[in-house]
Amino acid sequence: MSDIRNRIREIIAEQAMLDVDQVTDAASPAELGIDSLGLVESIFALEEEFDITIPFNANEPEKSEFDISNMGSIFAAVEKLVAEKA
Amino acid sequence: MSKGRNGLRRVVITGMGTVNALGLDVPSTLDAFREGRCGITDLKFRDVERLTIQIGAQIHDWQPETWFNRQQILLYDKFTQFTLLAAKEAVAQSGLDFQGELGLCSGVILGTAGGGLNTWDENYRVVYEEGKNRVHPFVVPKLMNNAAASHVSMEYGLRGPSYTVATACASSNHAMGQAFQMVRSGAAKVMLAGGSEAMLCFGGVKAWEGLRVMSKDACRPFSGNRNGMVQGEGAGVFVFEDYDHARARGAEILAEVVGFAMSSDAQDIVMPSAQGAERAITGAMRDAGLNPDEIGYINAHGTGTAANDKTECAAVAHAFGHHADRLMISSTKSMHGHIIGGTGAVELLACIMALREGIIAPTIGYEEPDPECALDVVPNEAREAQVEAVLSNAFAFGGLNAVIALRRI
Repeated sequence: MSDIRNRIREIIAEQAMLDVDQVTDAASPAELGIDSLGLVESIFALEEEFDITIPFNANEPEKSEFDISNMGSIFAAVEKLVAEKA
Repeated sequence: MSKGRNGLRRVVITGMGTVNALGLDVPSTLDAFREGRCGITDLKFRDVERLTIQIGAQIHDWQPETWFNRQQILLYDKFTQFTLLAAKEAVAQSGLDFQGELGLCSGVILGTAGGGLNTWDENYRVVYEEGKNRVHPFVVPKLMNNAAASHVSMEYGLRGPSYTVATACASSNHAMGQAFQMVRSGAAKVMLAGGSEAMLCFGGVKAWEGLRVMSKDACRPFSGNRNGMVQGEGAGVFVFEDYDHARARGAEILAEVVGFAMSSDAQDIVMPSAQGAERAITGAMRDAGLNPDEIGYINAHGTGTAANDKTECAAVAHAFGHHADRLMISSTKSMHGHIIGGTGAVELLACIMALREGIIAPTIGYEEPDPECALDVVPNEAREAQVEAVLSNAFAFGGLNAVIALRRI
């Protein structure tokens, strides 16, 4: 697993107040107890950590370019943004 | 239903709470009132050295983690933190539980002038001074003026009328007056009411400096050598309850709220009017069915500015006639500073102390008489005196006045 992916999991785990190994690829934000405000907060934390801009609109999360259906899709999207920045 | 002198439903106070520079609860604040202790100190926060005014009644070493978890601290501006702590004390004292039916007919009305001003200040700094382009997602829910009232409603399940009042320095008196009217009218059984302010940060004090009404050394209300106001911070929250409801459950009743009046000067955005103040004072007594000679004590607005104190004394002298020479009037702002939108709430504690304990909080810092403030201002030392009814004055910038009348029970 990449260092970036580990760091993302740590950030999500901290926001959700869970252990890192509970943040599995298959888990959805809701399954981790992350509500809509918590999701916005997590995205802010990821943006701060990696100095990226995540295209997420809390009004219509499902229509955002940023796929939040599960952790795996969030990891992949963040990794892609970080790679594009480099 | 038992009725007051005016034939209306009666309203009593069954809980009180506060956080301010004198103490983080009511007992320590009342101790300070009895001792005439001053809470004004050197201000301590980032960039204070760039301020002309470097004193205030600041709550030093405020440790939010003592009271709140990490997520709460992220969501609560300091003015909300102060409010929640004061509300906790007040609700605990009242012994009320708002689960079920009671929550549906209970609410919260709070005053504030600056709301989440620390949040504005910190985040303006981030985007303007530090040039960052991203702010924390909770900036808006933290800074909004109704945040404190909303969090109190959520904390206790108050699902009736709840909102925030902004009338500058009279905010919490307007809020408490409205809460009183809600219970008296039957619109609510219980209302939490009061106010909060947390403006002691660089931007907050810098803005006030501009007006040049702040003292650099001390708050000396009514004293001939007074030279301005001193800001404070904190909150006061009370439980206003329907008298019959309180009696039926055997609650300890701290005081009865008997009257309230509001008036507007409709004159000037900063200079007060004696006529406007007098109309609110006489209006509160009329609303309460009290004669002027029944009032034993007035907690003054008493900011320590040249304009307020002489105007307020003129208003009191005119409203009370000969009785003005027999009543006591003191400004506790000399101790807890001017808590702006929360000040009336903290000052109501001195009114309750006068009624319950027969101890009148002093005006400290009083050094020389002013012929334009020739009333008994209870200079420097608390005094024992039995009083049956009291008033609490608040006269805001913008000419918005609010006076509350309480009676011993």
